Amino acid sequence: MMEHHECRHLLGSLSEYIDGNLEADLCAELERHLADCENCRVVVDTLEKTVYLYHTTASQVDVPQGVRDRLFKCLDLDDYLEK
Amino acid sequence: MSTGKALQDYSLDALRAGDRVEFARLVEANYEMIYRLAIRMVNDPQDAEDILQETFLKAYRHLKGFDGRSRLSTWLYRIATNEALMFLRRKKLDTVSIDETPDMADDDQEPVQIVDWCCMPEEEMMSSEAKSYLDQAVGKLAPNLRVVFVLRDIQGLDTQEVSQVLDLSETAVKTRLSRARMQLREELSGYYGSKLREGKPV
Repeated sequence: MMEHHECRHLLGSLSEYIDGNLEADLCAELERHLADCENCRVVVDTLEKTVYLYHTTASQVDVPQGVRDRLFKCLDLDDYLEK
Repeated sequence: MSTGKALQDYSLDALRAGDRVEFARLVEANYEMIYRLAIRMVNDPQDAEDILQETFLKAYRHLKGFDGRSRLSTWLYRIATNEALMFLRRKKLDTVSIDETPDMADDDQEPVQIVDWCCMPEEEMMSSEAKSYLDQAVGKLAPNLRVVFVLRDIQGLDTQEVSQVLDLSETAVKTRLSRARMQLREELSGYYGSKLREGKPV
């Protein structure tokens, strides 16, 4: 659990931080805090890993067989189906 | 987006005039990306296929009115996300309200699970059981958070594109993304944390 006021205050910035989009002042403040706060470091690391896992598995979704053919058929585009 | 560049090549005039060949090219280049969006939103292949078909049926009917101010892919994403959100609304109508959750409610994103599971071997983190848990966790997000997360972190759109697709401010996109990510981190920490405690592979 986050008990410190500072942790709570910085929570909303973590998502922007892992994207590297946090404005400089806030970024410096957050990094000072992370140097002393093990809990927040774990949250940042696991947040980063969470996003990474979804990125990595995103491209692995295959479109099931038949979906493309049925789509072209329903759009009346059968004639343009390239095999 | 990889499809973005290809879309520059379409003849808008031909598409607006109802040219079948050009429309077939548009469908061919974009159906996979729309299917992937739909499956992540509704987590059911048949429902995702319905959304896919409805998206292109609507696109064909409304191409005449496409003003060209956004990219075609953005426009297709907008139709598809509306379809997916309407589907989820219909499905939930008689159970719980899915009204917008307030963007500024910070209390519910306070981390409870503080366990460092980053050290787990990647193949364990991505076992088929774990992958299905990843999908389930996305399905637990409120639709208005889920749609932002899926567009941004799974489909790979940038903040500005997501704000165009959903007609939201960029600040609102960032806030919802943050809440979605924090909630998923919490879910995944519970899952991987218990695997770590069990001391057996995921």
